Amino acid sequence: MSKQFQFKLVLLGESAVGKSSLVLRFVKDQFDDYRESTIGAAFLTQTVTLDDQTTVKFEIWDTAGQERYKSLAPMYYRNANCAVVLYDITSSATLEKARTWIRELQRQADPSIVIALCGNKSDLAARRQVTEEEAKKYAEEEGLMWAETSAKSGEGVSEIFTAIAKKLPLTAPPSSSRAGAARAAGRAGGVDLNKQATAQPGQEACNC
Amino acid sequence: MDETYDVIVLGTGLTECILSGLLSVEGKKVLHMDRNDYYGGDSASLNLTQLWRKFRPDQEAPAELGRDRDYAVDLVPKFIIASGELTKILVHTDVTRYLEFKQIAGSYVYRDGKISKVPSTEMEAVKSPLMGLFEKRRAKKFFEFLQGWKDEDPATHQGLNLDKDSMKTVYEKFGLEPGTQDFIGHAMALYLDDDYITKPARPTYDRIVLYTSSMARYGKSPYIYPLYGLGELPQSFARLSAIYGGTYMLDKQIEQIVTDADGKFVGVTSGGETVKAKQVIGDPSYFGAGGESGKVRVVENGKVVRAICILKHPIPNTDDSDSCQIIIPQNQVNRRNDIYIAMVSSTHNVCAKDVYVAIVSTIVETANPHTEIIPGLNLLGPIHEQFITVSPLYAPTSSGTEDNIFVTRSYDATSHFETVVEDVQDVWKRVVGSPLVLKKREVEVHE
Repeated sequence: MSKQFQFKLVLLGESAVGKSSLVLRFVKDQFDDYRESTIGAAFLTQTVTLDDQTTVKFEIWDTAGQERYKSLAPMYYRNANCAVVLYDITSSATLEKARTWIRELQRQADPSIVIALCGNKSDLAARRQVTEEEAKKYAEEEGLMWAETSAKSGEGVSEIFTAIAKKLPLTAPPSSSRAGAARAAGRAGGVDLNKQATAQPGQEACNC
Repeated sequence: MDETYDVIVLGTGLTECILSGLLSVEGKKVLHMDRNDYYGGDSASLNLTQLWRKFRPDQEAPAELGRDRDYAVDLVPKFIIASGELTKILVHTDVTRYLEFKQIAGSYVYRDGKISKVPSTEMEAVKSPLMGLFEKRRAKKFFEFLQGWKDEDPATHQGLNLDKDSMKTVYEKFGLEPGTQDFIGHAMALYLDDDYITKPARPTYDRIVLYTSSMARYGKSPYIYPLYGLGELPQSFARLSAIYGGTYMLDKQIEQIVTDADGKFVGVTSGGETVKAKQVIGDPSYFGAGGESGKVRVVENGKVVRAICILKHPIPNTDDSDSCQIIIPQNQVNRRNDIYIAMVSSTHNVCAKDVYVAIVSTIVETANPHTEIIPGLNLLGPIHEQFITVSPLYAPTSSGTEDNIFVTRSYDATSHFETVVEDVQDVWKRVVGSPLVLKKREVEVHE
């Protein structure tokens, strides 16, 4: 029988490095050159099937722009099982910013979090400011996964998510994790507001 | 910051965050700022470092309390009443996907020196020491009357008119003893004082229905609570706002609310720059509460005293509950206002294991608020750490429709968020010009 695991994945990185584009490529295999800043989706989900019929469902949280002015809420990091921290290979400053986000993750997130550092916009190699060696060396020092990706061409995108899926602890269903919290509620003595709201029979004495 | 916005929201308390979430969903361009580097304002939940920084800035948080990040200590003691308006907003806006809730394990009431459980089942009601045998029969008749009430069916009215007759008349009709009246009015209708008794019975009826339907929903108590503390609520609505294009800035000092010659709102100055918008909404602390010169925009309506207590044991005589509410009705301690105790624990991911966080609160009646909460503190057993605040309750002096400056209310002494939602609805109506209608949530199918 196949096993399914669900994990919360958070995206981090400087504005305009392509966080939403990377997810859009991964989830819908689309790319939009003039994509506006993130709008509209609470989070997206995508499933990766591993070789042994194990499936890993990612619940992917985008920053919704809250990274811009020091305003990401602790809720964002809470119970994240994995993180993709992006920089833009054509801008050294974005790698510096990625380092800051990684320090923030090490401070705020669960110590067991799997972190992947991603150099996006690999299709723009002609304007490269960050060398592969430099980024790779930093990732090794910090014990991070590393890859270059292009949300535009799709290069390396599904590969990095699959690599993350393989690195996650697939030993027991992550029941303590809050990935898919609302839908999974009830599991640990929680209450599901949505379910109760619709399942409530007209027992109400209220006549208003 | 040379953009202009539809609305600037100041302070990230729950009221302000619900409003900015709903306004963003509505398509308004919102800029939301807070002077603190954390979300939640007066409705935040703080970790140990933040808690000590706020109350004991000259000390370090003691290491023996455990890891900083395990703590989310609420500043205001409130629970979510299961069938209330906040639950509706949470479900309709779909922010429930960011949150996980647990029940509050029990609701208790203090009577004649003892704590008794508010019955949550018929079995408990039969066994409850709160009423004698005959009184239980009378109370049963009273509750059957409430349950059977249908506005359109006079046969269910038993000669009473909920809109005209006072609650006193209703109590007398069923011959309920003063102790039972206390229990119904304070532990179920959740009135803080006895003013309701001489007023028409309808609102009391509504409150009892809310309480009993909330109790019926999950079983143990009428309350639910978000894991990781109440501070999760504003954060989840802030995320809703951000997802719909809201811009968030924390750690921003607000230097000035800029108005034109007619006193109408122009913009907000922060860090020497002025951002313009059509309207501004904010909590009282951004509009001169607690000092500051200039135009008086808020007025103080009383004070609440709150004692945040860290315990190393559950509250005695509550069946070792991991969470509870205890109400001390005013008559029991010769006061005008009830004393509330709200307790949560590591079950709700708000503190380290074997730690319990209780907040004792009441409306201030004397010049010595610290002594007013002693009857509540006495029920807690040994108190490990204690932080006392006396908070003025501010309300706006004007509706804001003249100057486009809309001020929200302080968090009051009630045990739940129903008055917060009333404030949200009230501000919404003034800002938007029409009542808040929660649109049917779009149903999303998850594969």
